[in-house]
Amino acid sequence: MKQFLIFVKKEWLHIWRDRRTLFILIWMPVVQIVLYGFALTNEVKNSNIAILDQAHDEASITIANKIAASRYFNLVKNLYSYNDIEATFKQGKIRMAIVFPSGFRHDLLHANSAQIQIIADASDPNTANTLTNYAATIVTDYQATLNHEQKLPYTISTQVRMLYNPELKGAYNFVPGVMALVLMLVCAMMTSMAIVKEKEMGTMEVILVSPLKPFRIIIAKTVPYLFVSFINIITILLLSVYALDVPISGSVWLLLAESILFTITSLSIGILISNSATTQQAAMFMAMLSLFLPTLLFSGFMFPIENMPFPLQIISNIVPAKWYFVIIKAVMIKGLGFAAIWKETLILIGMTAALLGISIYQFKIRLA
Amino acid sequence: MKAITVENIVKTYRIKKGVVEALNDISFSVDRGEIFGIIGPDGAGKTSLFRVLTTLLRADSGTATIDGFDVIKGYKQIRNRVGYMPGRFSLYQDLSVQENLEFFAAIFDTTIAQNYDLIKEIYQQIEPFKARKAGQLSGGMKQKLALCCALIHKPSVLFLDEPTTGVDAVSRKEFWEMLHRLKIQGITILVSTAYMDEASLCDKVALMQKGRLLSVNTTQGIIAQFKKTIWAIKATEMFRLMNELKNSEAIESCYPFGQYHHVVFKPAANNSELLKNIAVRGHFTQFEMKQIEPGIEDCFMELMQA
Amino acid sequence: MEKVITANGLTKKFGDFAAVDHITFDVNKGEIFGFLGANGAGKTTAMRMLCGLLMPSSGQATVAGFDVYKQNELIKKNIGYMSQKFSLYEDLTLGENIRFYGGIYGLTDKQIDEKSYLLLHQLNMEHQEKILVKELPLGWKQKLAFSIAIVHDPAIVFLDEPTGGVDPVARREFWNLIYEASARGITIFVTTHYMDEAEYCNRVSVMVDGRIDALDSPLNLMKAHNAASMDEVFLQLARKAVRTDN
Repeated sequence: MKQFLIFVKKEWLHIWRDRRTLFILIWMPVVQIVLYGFALTNEVKNSNIAILDQAHDEASITIANKIAASRYFNLVKNLYSYNDIEATFKQGKIRMAIVFPSGFRHDLLHANSAQIQIIADASDPNTANTLTNYAATIVTDYQATLNHEQKLPYTISTQVRMLYNPELKGAYNFVPGVMALVLMLVCAMMTSMAIVKEKEMGTMEVILVSPLKPFRIIIAKTVPYLFVSFINIITILLLSVYALDVPISGSVWLLLAESILFTITSLSIGILISNSATTQQAAMFMAMLSLFLPTLLFSGFMFPIENMPFPLQIISNIVPAKWYFVIIKAVMIKGLGFAAIWKETLILIGMTAALLGISIYQFKIRLA
Repeated sequence: MKAITVENIVKTYRIKKGVVEALNDISFSVDRGEIFGIIGPDGAGKTSLFRVLTTLLRADSGTATIDGFDVIKGYKQIRNRVGYMPGRFSLYQDLSVQENLEFFAAIFDTTIAQNYDLIKEIYQQIEPFKARKAGQLSGGMKQKLALCCALIHKPSVLFLDEPTTGVDAVSRKEFWEMLHRLKIQGITILVSTAYMDEASLCDKVALMQKGRLLSVNTTQGIIAQFKKTIWAIKATEMFRLMNELKNSEAIESCYPFGQYHHVVFKPAANNSELLKNIAVRGHFTQFEMKQIEPGIEDCFMELMQA
Repeated sequence: MEKVITANGLTKKFGDFAAVDHITFDVNKGEIFGFLGANGAGKTTAMRMLCGLLMPSSGQATVAGFDVYKQNELIKKNIGYMSQKFSLYEDLTLGENIRFYGGIYGLTDKQIDEKSYLLLHQLNMEHQEKILVKELPLGWKQKLAFSIAIVHDPAIVFLDEPTGGVDPVARREFWNLIYEASARGITIFVTTHYMDEAEYCNRVSVMVDGRIDALDSPLNLMKAHNAASMDEVFLQLARKAVRTDN
């Protein structure tokens, strides 16, 4: 046991002495959260729009004002002819235009059906979609108040409720995503590099020619990184609760337990990488290609898995981060208990056991 | 019981274009308390041999034992009782002198205090720098620290793979003096080197070249096996003299050795008159010639070209 | 006699520590100059200043007629350099290495073709330009590296422990190349830990604690120190060192 502890201490000294890397490890989650939270958000705010109001009646003005007042939109221009629309789009000044035809209120009240044209710049389809949805919601809203006043029968109003995330905040999606990414990075990449470094420096030779069991060498090398990643989890959770207003709806302990499970998964992948890599560079590239990209692509955090072609959906199943992502979303956002995620947890445990088994079995007691 | 026995060890590496024989049928044995030198240039197979003996590498065939334990079956026992200093000084560059030593003591389940006597003499030389990181030590200091780390668990057999490479003549001499003091304490030492002159400091040596052992003997024994006569020749015009000698048909080999050229005649041509002729014909000044005892380097070159 | 290196009071200080402490010496054209010293005596620092890689703290020096302070770019064009640690690109072939070094010294394609033929011919390595350098034994590698270091016919070539670990025969073949280059008028500036090699030099300097403690032909040094070999001379001098190699 003393051998083991001194090994852990030594490993910690390596991390501690390399302040620059430690600094990056500790701050990386913060930077990522800030980046995703405030800069790279999927939410569309203050999009520039233009309005062509050919009716200029009470109804059109009310709707136009509502839209202009919304935080999603920023009215930059009032247009006066239909021809101006395309020109304004081409100048790149606006992302959406709203057209009220003449006689809008009249049509609405008397013909019971009025039309509004929403023209969006669909070169970025996601944004276009989001914007038109926002606009349509505002219009529906107005219609609802109108219906209420008039008590008119036969009108069908669509009701959309955004469950769990009523404000459609991107943070609900990316906080679990960042947790998965950071854990993968710290645990898998850093451990694999730490083990390979010993091979590169030649110290692995001396350690192997000692009574220390290879199994213990591995575990001792991973312990400090487990600790660092635990700090990272706490940082991310604190940031998301206090800076991004994403509450932890479910049990914190369940959340931490699942995170530790995923940490161990990542660690075993790191060991696996270190078994085949001979230089730190190679280890880093292997970690990047086999972990970072799949986590980004297939965890469901950047791109919804349901929208992927079927073969890719199948592939996504072997990415541990996907299961972790599902679990974290369920516990943290939906506030569900273990009963709801036991299946995913079991899959993750299975994967971890297999990976850890293979990596320890493969770890060489000799050099070649 | 012998400290080390090696029988018919073969180790090959597969590379792109075929197979490299790193160790080709190596056999020798080392007595307890002996300093045994493996002498050979880069690429002779010294490091492969060390790795096989320290249980880091499996040989393709053949057997080897350390303190009676087989290197394959008894690798755990061997790892408990040997000290190993690989070619590159394998220290943690970002740990201090003291931290390195403490770490290596701990992984062998011992403490610095327990075996301090053994390393005292060497450690005292680096103790003033014990808070310094190993990466900031000079070559000579690193070498001493690495030796301390390899000794800290009082091994019965010490493996030193090229400990003096790149180290200056003074530090090399000091290092060998340390080895001789360790030998007195009963530690068996297997040491490899590319410096031929270090052979005379070993009790016994194995000359190695391209994966083969050329000869295993005491230094005197190897020199005694050298049957030819060597002439040491010098003149002011050394380079011209060399070319002149190489052109002579009666001469088998001629190599520069410091201030002299060492010349070996072909059988039945051993004639000092011939040398004098060359001197006169070539108008060499300050010409000097004498018959000398061969050195280990003469023997090595003779053996490697046989 | 034409001087290829002159150093006068050349000094390099790192803080208070004088790594090289007022060294003064000359090296003649075509001379084989052995630059000896224990680890940490200041050899590497002195060599770096002469190669134009490190700015001296004080003193004067010229290499190939150029001033080490102001003309270090010109110095680099007129010297060759080779060390034990780094010499050739292992993952390139012989031909590619020759082409690369010829190229960086501004040789034309035609010159490179001629040189590479001559060079491989001299080393008995014709038709081997397609071999990767890492497949060669160390001795061959070092001989090749030396030949490439002088491919642009420099005034002087600096060799930093060129023969470490090389087998005894190859080591002598290497020195043969040195003699040939010296006969062609290339000046050789060489450090080594093999004292028999020190005896091959025309003149030898021994650095102790950043200063040049002795400078003469090996024969005169041995006489002056009443020693039978350079090894003894070196030990006598280097043991006087006060500063540890740190």
